[in-house]
Amino acid sequence: MKQIIKSAFIATIPVLTGYLVLGFGFGIVIKSAGYGIFLAFAMSLLIYAGSMQYVAVGLLTGGVSLITTALTTLIVNARHLFYGISMLSKYKDTGKLKPYLIFALTDETYSLVCNDNPNIKPEQRTNYYFFVSLFNQIYWILGSVIGALAGTLIKFNSEGIDFALTALFLTVFLEQWLTAKKHSSAIIGVVASILCLIIFGKENFLIPTMLIITLLLCLCKEEPNDV
Amino acid sequence: MSELHTWGTVAVIALITAALRFLPFIIFNSNKKAPKIVEKLGRILPYSVMGMLVVYCLKGVSFTSISGFMPALIACTVVGLLYVWKRSTLISIICGTVCYMLLVQIVF
Repeated sequence: MKQIIKSAFIATIPVLTGYLVLGFGFGIVIKSAGYGIFLAFAMSLLIYAGSMQYVAVGLLTGGVSLITTALTTLIVNARHLFYGISMLSKYKDTGKLKPYLIFALTDETYSLVCNDNPNIKPEQRTNYYFFVSLFNQIYWILGSVIGALAGTLIKFNSEGIDFALTALFLTVFLEQWLTAKKHSSAIIGVVASILCLIIFGKENFLIPTMLIITLLLCLCKEEPNDV
Repeated sequence: MSELHTWGTVAVIALITAALRFLPFIIFNSNKKAPKIVEKLGRILPYSVMGMLVVYCLKGVSFTSISGFMPALIACTVVGLLYVWKRSTLISIICGTVCYMLLVQIVF
């Protein structure tokens, strides 16, 4: 068990830096919008979705209706459907931990669990998934509470530190590219996203991108591990 | 806004986010085997989704000025080259992020 916890911790270090910083940023934003530490804590505990929590601050201060809030959440977080579909078989026999694993499946947790860690034996995977998910949520909660506590006291110029998450996704993408034998699904993902970004703009491109990716992958005969 | 509106908003966001995360597992539960097409999507989606997430993170890059794209271009190149060379996630992320921060804060 010690070894699983250690492997999970090492795997989550990139997320540790990213989440402390982004969580911290969220804490500062929610505090400066006039809300307290308890709300920052409750949101990171119960919602636990990074970009949505930033959007939520605007929904809270703007006093929008609950219907608008519901629709916005659907659009911003629809990509989580994708993560669920690709984790169906991995999370299938995870027993009592399953509800938490599903609840805690953020972009970053997904990027760590969608590839198998070579240091983890198949029978240890459920516990490994659990500690990766738990550690990541702890980092996120800690970051947001510290951010809300610090308010605007911070002097350190952290501009650009959010690149840590871009770098994390890029390394996962490269790892998949280097280990896969066929690359059509990776290329479909990148090209569809760039085309939709150009056509629909940066606020609206995720949903059309996901529709196009789903359609093309259903038609695609090739799989990454085909010889 | 009122306390009630605040907590109502938080509750709605939490419920919808959780619903999106649980939905695939509820539709394709363990007793009922998922259709072949969904299993196939499950296997190949990660490859497309990571590409999508990289583009999503870089959506703020602008090509109308040098400072709009050079920091991201250089930092991504650093991450990529280091990763192909060392195959270490940590080294790539730390060097890439420090490089990006120096570029946006000092150079551009």
